[in-house]
Amino acid sequence: MLEQFDKAFESRIRLQIMSVLAANESYDFSSLKDLLAVTDGNLASHLKALEKEDYISVNKSFVGRKPNTRYVATEKGIEAFKRHLESLEKLIRQQK
Amino acid sequence: MKENEALAELSSIRSLMERSAKFISLSGISGVMAGVYALIGAFFGYRIIYQSGSDLDYSSHAVNNQLVITQLSIIGVVVLLCSIGTAIVLSTRKAKRKNQQIWNAASKGLLIHAGIPLITGGLLILIFLYQGYIEIIASTCLIFYGLALVSGSHYTFKDIKWLGCSEILLGLLAALMPIYGLFLWSAGFGVLHIIYGLIMYYKYDNSK
Repeated sequence: MLEQFDKAFESRIRLQIMSVLAANESYDFSSLKDLLAVTDGNLASHLKALEKEDYISVNKSFVGRKPNTRYVATEKGIEAFKRHLESLEKLIRQQK
Repeated sequence: MKENEALAELSSIRSLMERSAKFISLSGISGVMAGVYALIGAFFGYRIIYQSGSDLDYSSHAVNNQLVITQLSIIGVVVLLCSIGTAIVLSTRKAKRKNQQIWNAASKGLLIHAGIPLITGGLLILIFLYQGYIEIIASTCLIFYGLALVSGSHYTFKDIKWLGCSEILLGLLAALMPIYGLFLWSAGFGVLHIIYGLIMYYKYDNSK
């Protein structure tokens, strides 16, 4: 049963990032940092890990002259996130 | 993983999804339209004041004619209703196009947090009208609308906050110089809406 849990979501921060991206069309780095209350480096490394799994994609653009990095959940990422939620629910139901 | 850990995980996910959700279906074009309605309204407002015999002067002594005040109020209400109607129609359409719900935690938050200052301001304006404090009505409109935007901006695009701050500034200016009330009202509700609507349109609506 344990293999249903996605390794990529073992870290709570990665799961939280996915939750935010699942609820929003896109989210930028600094808002994500404020929301999750994590450091730049920490957030960047978790984002990189999710990007490597193809669960999120990165959009770099400029707003005026300021660089604006936005993250978007991919379809694959949303699927994995849903599966992970289902396994969590299953676990709860089984133990009841 | 234990049952209570799974439960904690699920509830943290739920709260994050609700806290992070922003109402991103707000249509930029509806901002532009609201600006256009306001400018049309202001144009008729000027004409009414002009025809009432005073020379484009929005000050207490110029606009104390009951008929003029009633006509200006009607214009204000029509502009407001047209703007809200357009925003609802266009935002619903945008939400549908992007496969999002129009009624969610974010839009509820937006409605409540923008609604409280907006309704307070509306009631205050009615009281001012009743009491005859005509010269500060333009300023009150701008200030309370600005406060509503700032307080609602948490639930939607951040840019709205700066629009709100600009409206508040114009409102304070209008309170300092009541003679330019209608002029500043047109700048705030007309010009600023058009500028911000276009920025939002090119920044958010245009993508994909």
